[in-house]
Amino acid sequence: MTAPSSPDTQAENAEVIARQRVMRVLAQAPDQQLEDLYEQFADKPDWTFARKPETGLVMTRGRIGGGGAPFNLGEITVTRAAIQLESGEVGHAYCQGRNQRKAAIAAFFDAAWLSEAHKQSVEANIIAPLEQEQVTAKKDKLKKAAATKVDFFTMVRGDG
Amino acid sequence: MYVAVKGGEKAIKNAHTLFAAKRRGNENVPGLRLDQITEQLSFAVDRVMGEGSLYDPELAAMAIRQAQGDLIEAIFLIRAYRTTLPRFGYAEPIETGKMAIERRISATFKDLPGGQVLGPTFDYSHRLINFDFDAEAAPETPPSSDEDIDLNAEVPRVSDILGKSGMIEPDHRFDEGHETGDLTRTPIDFPTDRDVRLQNLARGDEGFLLALGYSTQRGYARSHPFAGEIRFGEVEVEFFAEELGFAVPIGTMEVTECQMINQFKGSAKAPPAFTRGYGLVFGQAERKAMSMALVDRSLRWKELGEEFSAPAQDQEFVLSHSDNIQATGFVEHLKLPHYVDFQAELDLIRTMRKEFDAQQNENGDDDAPKMEAAQ
Repeated sequence: MTAPSSPDTQAENAEVIARQRVMRVLAQAPDQQLEDLYEQFADKPDWTFARKPETGLVMTRGRIGGGGAPFNLGEITVTRAAIQLESGEVGHAYCQGRNQRKAAIAAFFDAAWLSEAHKQSVEANIIAPLEQEQVTAKKDKLKKAAATKVDFFTMVRGDG
Repeated sequence: MYVAVKGGEKAIKNAHTLFAAKRRGNENVPGLRLDQITEQLSFAVDRVMGEGSLYDPELAAMAIRQAQGDLIEAIFLIRAYRTTLPRFGYAEPIETGKMAIERRISATFKDLPGGQVLGPTFDYSHRLINFDFDAEAAPETPPSSDEDIDLNAEVPRVSDILGKSGMIEPDHRFDEGHETGDLTRTPIDFPTDRDVRLQNLARGDEGFLLALGYSTQRGYARSHPFAGEIRFGEVEVEFFAEELGFAVPIGTMEVTECQMINQFKGSAKAPPAFTRGYGLVFGQAERKAMSMALVDRSLRWKELGEEFSAPAQDQEFVLSHSDNIQATGFVEHLKLPHYVDFQAELDLIRTMRKEFDAQQNENGDDDAPKMEAAQ
């Protein structure tokens, strides 16, 4: 049993979950689409790199038997970047793949989402529509898989 | 031993030019685009990612194209590339229970919760070449189910279902303080733990593991397995970023997981129950995941108090020979000049031959005809 979390911790958790959602949506966005969204984004605040884009590896892990002790499965390419807006907010990105421009743009939108001035615009024009597309695409894929579900009926041996 | 030889630079340069032209082939045929490889040769891409031990479909496609479809050469390119990048750290373990399942079958339970999903597969096809295949034609649209899809739904693994009744061993855990081994950082020290064995098998050569798994079925370390469950689909990858203090979802990857269930008659300490072999591989790679699970199980003979009788149980043999890049490096190095070595051996053979002939002459004529017949 874990102790009931304080209101402070709960608020902090909610903040982390909200940020994870933003970073997830940006990391999973198609490269070109993110580029287009950046070009179209109105009133871009000035920014500088807090950490220049860098491509590296993260070792992914599985669990023995599916739920047991971790083991190292193999690496995945990841590009990270951090961007600071002129208003001070620092946005981070860790995006699968080697596209450094994508990571920079993702970090920019993360920073803009953190700023009071741009949060609503980023949420409405970038995050929500991307998320909707991602959810729809995933559901479509799973619906096609679900159409291949087997309905078994057991034949009784020796009958006829 | 081989020695450096000077000369041949021009020949090598011309050979490379010739090879590049061979790679391109007939220039009237359109050149291969990377998206053609990632979209239409996904099993080749998955194999290169798995055995290259690097998940990056576009990179795998580049390697396949450059290697002209020689997948081991492509894997070699991937392994070489990964050494040029810094390691940011270790991801959180993936949760295969939360996989967005595209395919899931069980040979042990007909009505498993969550259902059997055939998904995209070669299985149930007749393996006949389709002479009418039109690569340009748009395929029929796959039907969609009208059921509601819950993206957060968890699908229990077969092992969890059997586990509730205690009829199957639980997931493997180590004693407290065990640090997850990483063979890319520390060379394997035999005997080694199951985490390192699984890492080695996950990047091991599919053909080698297939043959070993097959050998266990044919009676070399008899294991009587059932394919408890095979699932394939997308999982999320999260990385704990120190500077942020939380796990960042960095993207998704496709994996195949295999739960092999094996009969176990029990030992002095453990009651009879089913035991398990586990397979987990990048991409859609069922043959590899199944082979991995069979070999994982056979390598556990000591822990389960079984008899040692076969190569698939010998961890030093299996783990030392599973890596096709190490293997190809050592086999193919035989092509390098061994002129000095060979001269030395030739001299040795000449000396031995002289001694042999001298011996024959000493023994007189009686033995000579016999010798000839034996030859």
